[in-house]
Amino acid sequence: MDEQLKTELSKQGIFTTTLQDLYNWGRKSSIWPLNFGLACCAIEMIATTMARYDLARFGAEVFRPSPRQADLMIVAGTVTKKMAPQVVRLYNQMPEPKYVISMGACAISGGPFKQGYNVLKGIDRYIPVDVYIPGCPPRPEALIDAFLMLQKKIDEQQLTGATRPRHLNADQPSEFIVPEFGAHDLEPTQNPAVWRPPLVQISQAGTDESQHD
Amino acid sequence: MNLNTIKSELETHVPGCRLEVIANPSPSAQHSLLVDSEHGYAVAAYLRDAAALRFDFCSNVTGVDWPPKETSTKIKVKNLVDGPNGTEEQEVDEVQKTTTPGYLEVVYHLFSQELREGPLPLRMRTADREASVHLPSLTPIWRSAEFQEREIFDLYGVIFDGHPDLRRILMWDGFLDHPMRRDYVDPDDYEYEPTAHNEVLKRANQHLAETGGR
Repeated sequence: MDEQLKTELSKQGIFTTTLQDLYNWGRKSSIWPLNFGLACCAIEMIATTMARYDLARFGAEVFRPSPRQADLMIVAGTVTKKMAPQVVRLYNQMPEPKYVISMGACAISGGPFKQGYNVLKGIDRYIPVDVYIPGCPPRPEALIDAFLMLQKKIDEQQLTGATRPRHLNADQPSEFIVPEFGAHDLEPTQNPAVWRPPLVQISQAGTDESQHD
Repeated sequence: MNLNTIKSELETHVPGCRLEVIANPSPSAQHSLLVDSEHGYAVAAYLRDAAALRFDFCSNVTGVDWPPKETSTKIKVKNLVDGPNGTEEQEVDEVQKTTTPGYLEVVYHLFSQELREGPLPLRMRTADREASVHLPSLTPIWRSAEFQEREIFDLYGVIFDGHPDLRRILMWDGFLDHPMRRDYVDPDDYEYEPTAHNEVLKRANQHLAETGGR
């Protein structure tokens, strides 16, 4: 619909909208997160939902205890290798459309435990992440910011065409590989359909350092 | 109570036990008692039950991995050498290498709540790091040792005989390695290291060289 005509009509007291706008507005205004925390970031997530920061203002007042009723998974905390299959399985059990916020340094990359033998180097190796929030742990304001960013992302989704979201595209996967416990590590160590190592010139970084010495 | 008094009392009451006081040279001077693994259980039971000792609380159990150590010592050896003036005796430095075998060690920190004594660090050592890694479990004596002995079994590979439920506690059941051992090699997942430096940089470069950049 022509934007000018739309504003003209609204001046006359006639409200017009599109199905897409209405659909996205409804979805973004009642995101129900999964009641699920892994480590200290979960404490900040709980604080965000309480009276002082009040995430309910943005339509996320009900944290669902079942993945079947949730739209959003907030991966709040360190994902250990022993916990990673359960996190992916919970994500698989959530109905589409579903979104993921990776909260804190550990959920993004492993954080301070990155080189440990028992910590996954980022949950985005197994499931697609929509919003990353850095911090150790991030403040409630950061989580609210991520939440508003996710609402904006949902609002901008086109329901038709090549860029339509995953839940409207039958060719896109809705279930992701659940890693298995191997003899030395998780198998597979990453889901190549979701994550590939970004190109980083590590060898150059090494030569730079040796020149400084 | 003095550690040497405890030692002599144990030696009289637990026949055949071999004890050794390991001195701690640091200012804390927290010396510890090393007990042989055959008499570990009897010594622990005596420490808990004897009226003069009453070590009724085990606050902490931890493991230590001592890898094999190679020490080289220089010794002077006299050799017979053919010189211009006939056979001569010459002193030559020879490097003699000795390897002390590694072992795994378990340390129990004992306190007496009743007599306000402690801590008493009690050590036990396995024979080596591969074949005979058995130690007696002290869980029947101090129940608080149960999870910590499981953790040592998980991370160091010490097998505690007599433990009621010896399973891995932190890693999963199919896991084969013992990550806290010094020779543990973590899986090669160095494909993405945005801020690599030192050891991580070395491993990342190694990964790149092996996989051809991917």
